Amino acid sequence: MNASSVNQPPLYAARTPIFPRRVSGKFRSLKWWLLFILLGIYYVVPWIRWDRGDALPDQAVLVDMAHRRFYFFMIEIWPHEFYFVGGLLIMAGLGLFLFTSVLGRVWCGYACPQTIWTDLFIAVERWIEGDRNNRVKLWNSPMTFRKLRLRMTKWTVWLLISVGTGGAWILYFADAPTLIQDFVTLSAHPVAYVTVGILTATTFVFGGFMREQVCTYMCPWPRIQAAMMDENSLTVAYREWRGEPRGKHRRARTDDSLGDCIDCYACVNVCPVGIDIRDGLQMECIGCALCIDACDDVMERIGKPRGLIDYMTLVDEKLKTESTNFHDLIKRLLRPRVILYACAWSLMGLGLLAALFLRPDIEFSISPVRNPLFVELSDGSIRNSYEIRIKNRHGSDTKFSIGMEADAPLSVRLEGSDELSTFVDADQTALRRVYVTAPAGSAAATGGKINIRLRVEDASNAASAQKTTTFHGKGQ
Amino acid sequence: MKPRQVIPESGDDIATGPDTTGHEWDGIKEYNNPMPRWWLWTMYATIVWGIAYAIAYPSWPLITKATPGLLDYTARGALEEDIRRFNASNAPLDEALVRMELDQVQSDTNLYAYALRGGAAVFRNHCSQCHGSGAAGATGYPNLLDDDWLWGGSEDAIRYTVAHGIRNENDSDARFSQMPAYGEFLETEEIDNLVEYVLSLSGQDHRIEMAVAGSELFAEQCSACHGDAGLGNQEEGAPNLTDAIWLFGGGRDEIRHSIYYSRYGVMPNWNERLTESQIRQVSLYVHQLGGGE
Repeated sequence: MNASSVNQPPLYAARTPIFPRRVSGKFRSLKWWLLFILLGIYYVVPWIRWDRGDALPDQAVLVDMAHRRFYFFMIEIWPHEFYFVGGLLIMAGLGLFLFTSVLGRVWCGYACPQTIWTDLFIAVERWIEGDRNNRVKLWNSPMTFRKLRLRMTKWTVWLLISVGTGGAWILYFADAPTLIQDFVTLSAHPVAYVTVGILTATTFVFGGFMREQVCTYMCPWPRIQAAMMDENSLTVAYREWRGEPRGKHRRARTDDSLGDCIDCYACVNVCPVGIDIRDGLQMECIGCALCIDACDDVMERIGKPRGLIDYMTLVDEKLKTESTNFHDLIKRLLRPRVILYACAWSLMGLGLLAALFLRPDIEFSISPVRNPLFVELSDGSIRNSYEIRIKNRHGSDTKFSIGMEADAPLSVRLEGSDELSTFVDADQTALRRVYVTAPAGSAAATGGKINIRLRVEDASNAASAQKTTTFHGKGQ
Repeated sequence: MKPRQVIPESGDDIATGPDTTGHEWDGIKEYNNPMPRWWLWTMYATIVWGIAYAIAYPSWPLITKATPGLLDYTARGALEEDIRRFNASNAPLDEALVRMELDQVQSDTNLYAYALRGGAAVFRNHCSQCHGSGAAGATGYPNLLDDDWLWGGSEDAIRYTVAHGIRNENDSDARFSQMPAYGEFLETEEIDNLVEYVLSLSGQDHRIEMAVAGSELFAEQCSACHGDAGLGNQEEGAPNLTDAIWLFGGGRDEIRHSIYYSRYGVMPNWNERLTESQIRQVSLYVHQLGGGE
């Protein structure tokens, strides 16, 4: 690698530091609101309580790995219902496709954790070290006591935020108040400390130092998004036909040969990924719209119409439209791919809702013992065994009774019990063996197989369910 | 849309402005979008990691094994460590199981669940070869699911049978009984009469005159062990002849064979191969299969 050689340009380059300037405007306000709401959700949700009975945790949202349970307010998911999580992930994926094909990189610009935490870290940086010009000056100055103090202050605040990020994450996996207490008194599980450590490190490094490099070099999503966007997708772009040729603003300018762009670099100075939006669509652009706010502010001050930099599509730019009207918007929304994504997303959602509401109140399964099919007892009667699994989804121990219906004089018994009822511990699945016996010489004992129905009834709420299974006699 | 001209004459990208590398093949030029330098360092870091890993863990294949690595790790060693750990954590349960009266274990839900799980594993490994994986047995190998027991079906009786076995040479405490082979000292006609009488005991079709004749012989020769009414005796391991369950078959021919040659089923003593806890586990497991007394 010989950087000085003209024929051999460097294959690796140092990152050019970026010092985004403060900006205000409608998109910046929207981003602040989203930041507060999303971070608020992230930090507050683990503390919401939800009563589920004595034996179950009272945390509204909890991923209980140790007991293989997932709680979300009134919904409780067991491992065999993991398809709900799968379905939600599919919906999240399809939702991203849908939003990307309509609104472009709106996820990257507004909702991605990388963007949100970087925004927060930049705000802290600005609060401690000042706005763009001060930060550039500080960056270029040699290390002094003041510079060291500012750096240390900034890193300390970043670190506190980072610890808070990792700390909040683990609260979703255990009872939050208990875990916090254990964590502080150094008696929590080592996994908690390792998780907080890793998330603290990644937040600190990604939000403080890597920033746009995460999006440009590490994240696969921007590269995938390129396949979902077309000339009708919304992007942040510069109205070249209106702005060019650019030139310095003169208060009493009468020269009409210049465009609206006064080459003030406001759009470049506020950009968190360090690009010039006037160069056209670029892979670094996360669609955060801060350059729109910056440019609109300038346009207003020099008395030109807003929207030199704007949300638009490549079609708009080609048609040289000032802004998108409602009719065009509808036409743009009703593209086949958008309809397809929307339908797939809705179908998935409806399917999950249906699955959620059609979940049976009482769940049990029967597996007839097939090894052997039947047992002949000493009095000549024929006995079949059935293993039934009863799920007790209540927060307390519950009594379940078992019944049998058949068109034959069969008797039913529960292994290890004189009664036809059994207690199942709270939040557990119990395996019980049920014996069904046909008297010696009866048609069921000597014949082939007949259908019988086993019924399980929840004594606490009288909910019951029954399933059909088969009884095998000697005669097959 | 008309394709955008990506590399203008100047050699610069009109969008982001990176240079080309200067390489050109058939008019196709190569962009130079330099990666950040830390990217390069992460690659060096993975190389360093790889070298360290190869030194610390088994890696280079030799003729019979691989280089052991400084940490002396083996998958088998890790497994043995796991087994040691589980055995250590189960030790209190094993101790409790050995101390407790077997018919009381069920009252300790946790210990009982442990015993059944362990017993099922022991059964699959050591018992299923003869008794079948479903414990339904086969001709000559008792069905453990039914309610008929040669040597008793209580928890303690099953434990004794598992521990000492039946008619084996290794354990002087093995359960033992020996029915004579009557073919050696009874006439064929007498045996035929006995067969008819035994058939009558379990309510099967039989020839009445022969059975009446056989009944006297039964009282003389068989009732000492099988009882006057043929109900059997668990002390002697003598089967109940009145029920529907026949270890070696309940038909005329099978019964004749049993009387003529007798039958000697053998079961090994497991007290040398299983721990007392394992014996108790499998006894409890068998007891709850549906026939336990």
